[in-house]
Amino acid sequence: MKLIFEQGGAGHCLSLLPECDVPVVRPSKVRAEKAPLPQVSETELVRHYRTLSKQVYGVNDGVYPLGSCTMKYNPKINEDMAALPGFTDVHPLQPDHTVQGCLGVLKEAETALCSITGMDRMTMQPAAGAHGEFTGLLLIKAYHRSRGDAARTKIIVPDSAHGTNPASAAMAGFTVVNIPSGPDGCVDVEALRKAVGPDTAGLMLTNPNTVGIFDKNILEITEIVHAAGGQCYYDGANLNAVMGVVRPGDMGFDVIHLNLHKTFSTPHGGGGPGSGPVGCKAHLAQFLPGPVVEAAGDGSLSLVQPEQSIGRVRTFQGNFLVAVRALCYLKTLGREGIPDASKHAVLNANYLMHLMKADYDMAYDVTCMHEFVMDLGHMKHETGVSAMDIAKGLLDLGIHPPTMYFPLIVHEALMVEPTETESKETLEEVAAIFHQLAVTAHTDPEALHNAPSKTPVSRLDEVAAARHPILRWS
Amino acid sequence: MNIPAELKYSKSHEWVKELEDGSVLVGITDYAQDALGDLVFITLPVVGDATTAEESFCDVESIKAVSDVICPVSGTIAEVNEGLADEPEKLNSEPYEAWIAKIENITDKGELLSADEYAAFLETCEEA
Repeated sequence: MKLIFEQGGAGHCLSLLPECDVPVVRPSKVRAEKAPLPQVSETELVRHYRTLSKQVYGVNDGVYPLGSCTMKYNPKINEDMAALPGFTDVHPLQPDHTVQGCLGVLKEAETALCSITGMDRMTMQPAAGAHGEFTGLLLIKAYHRSRGDAARTKIIVPDSAHGTNPASAAMAGFTVVNIPSGPDGCVDVEALRKAVGPDTAGLMLTNPNTVGIFDKNILEITEIVHAAGGQCYYDGANLNAVMGVVRPGDMGFDVIHLNLHKTFSTPHGGGGPGSGPVGCKAHLAQFLPGPVVEAAGDGSLSLVQPEQSIGRVRTFQGNFLVAVRALCYLKTLGREGIPDASKHAVLNANYLMHLMKADYDMAYDVTCMHEFVMDLGHMKHETGVSAMDIAKGLLDLGIHPPTMYFPLIVHEALMVEPTETESKETLEEVAAIFHQLAVTAHTDPEALHNAPSKTPVSRLDEVAAARHPILRWS
Repeated sequence: MNIPAELKYSKSHEWVKELEDGSVLVGITDYAQDALGDLVFITLPVVGDATTAEESFCDVESIKAVSDVICPVSGTIAEVNEGLADEPEKLNSEPYEAWIAKIENITDKGELLSADEYAAFLETCEEA
C-alpha cells in the first residue's frame, strides 16, 4: 500500500484543526523551508488509517499464543473505567488534595498487587518490564551500598532467562554470571551453589521458568542466595501461571516486577503503553523511586518521598491509566477470580499440549504451567521444515505464531501460551491447524518454505532487514 | 554435513586449524552455521586479548538470536578476520574458509575432537 506521503496532492486538506488563536512566534532558528508534510483530504486520511488497521493482527482478531508474552484478552470495561473524566481531566501537577481519587487508585492497586505477590510496597513508575528489572536491580544495589558492602558486583542469571535480564543487570552496572540449566530446564542447584559468594549481589529468576515448568527447588534456590548475602529478584513475566495461587514473596524473593500489560489484562505491544510496577519487601522499601502514595491517619492520601529513594525512574506516577485498567481487572475478577484465571491458563496450556503431542515433540514432556515449548529439531531433520516455516504457515491459516527460537536452550523452539481467555473449542481448532501444518511438512515441505502467501506481504527478507535496514522514508 | 578431515573440533561446534608456527585458526563449523541460521552480525575479538579454553571469546548474531562463540584454546589473539564484520554471510557460505581469529602462544587446547570423533558426536546431537 501507499504511504500517507504518497497520497493526496497539493491543496487537499481537512478541517479537523481549529484556527490558531495564539500569537504566531517566529524564533530565529525556524526552518527556512516548509516541512514536506502530506496533504490529504479527510476521506483520504480516514481510508488510509482504516486500511492500515485492517492489516494488523491483535488478540481482538484471533488466537495469539505468543509464549512468555501472555497475550490475554483485554476486557473492554477496563477501557470504560480508564476513560472516566475524573481520571483523564486531571493534571499530574495538581495538589494532592485535589486528586484523592487518582491517588486512591494507585494505593488500592499497590495493595492488591502486593497481596497477590507477597510484597510490602510497590512503585508504579516503571513503564515496562525491562524498565522494572532495571529499577529492581537499582534497589538491590542501593541496599548493598547502604550496608557499606561494595564488593557485591555480580548478578547471577540462568541461561534460560529472558534476554532482558542480563541486559538490565549490565545497564545497572553489574557483571552478569550465567549459570546452566539442568536437563529438566530448571536451575542447576549445584551450579548455583558454586556460583554464589561474597561478590554476589543477587539472582534473577522467573518461576515458572521460561520453559513453562515450576522450579520445585525454589525455596532451596532462594535460600542459597540469601545465605551467600545476595538478594533474589523475581521476573514477573510468567506470573500468569500462579497469580493468587503462590506468591513470589513466599518463594523467598525480595524484589519483583510485574507486567500489567501481560498478567493484568492491559493493552500490550503496539497497543500499549506498558507498565512494569516494582514491588519489594520492607527492607528495600526505603529505596523505592519516589514519590510513593502514603495514607495519613485521617485516610487522606499524599505523595511522599521514601527516605533513601534511588530517585525517579519516570515522570510522575508512570502510565497511570494503565494502573486504572489493571485495578479494574483485579476488582472485576476478585479474590476468587484471580487464582481461577491462572488455573485456567495452566489447564488450557496442558490441554493444548496434550492435543499437539502426537504431531510435535515437546522439549520437556511433563505437566506444564501456563505455556509449553515444542522442539521441532526432529521435524526439521526429517522434512527440512523449521520452526520458522511452521510459524509462517500459521499466518496463512489466521493464527498469530507462537514465540520462535526462544528460550535459546531449545534450538528449534516454538513456545505456546494460549492464556485463560481461549475456549476449549478454540484450543481444538488451534490443534487442528497445527496438525494440518505437520501433515503438510511431510507431504509438501516446499509449500511451507514459501509461506505465507495470503498475508499483505509475503515472507520478509530478515537478513536484508538486519544488515541493511531502511529506517526512514525519504 | 561437511567435516574436513584435517581440522580439529570442539563439542561447542568450533573448528581449529593447527598452523606450522604453533598458532591456530578458529572458526565455526558447518553444523554450527546451519543451526544458527543466516548470520547478520559478528562482534570480533580484539587483537592482543587473552583467551581461555571453553570460554566465550566473541559472539555472532543470526536472525534468531545472539550466540556466544566458545574459544577452544587458551592463548592470545594474534589476528582477526576483519572482513567478516562486513560480510558475516561468509560464515554461512564458507564456514571453513571464514576463520574468525588466529590465536598464538597456546597454553591449553581443551578437549579437541578429530573429524571422525566430531562426526560421531554430531550423530548424538541429532538423536538428542
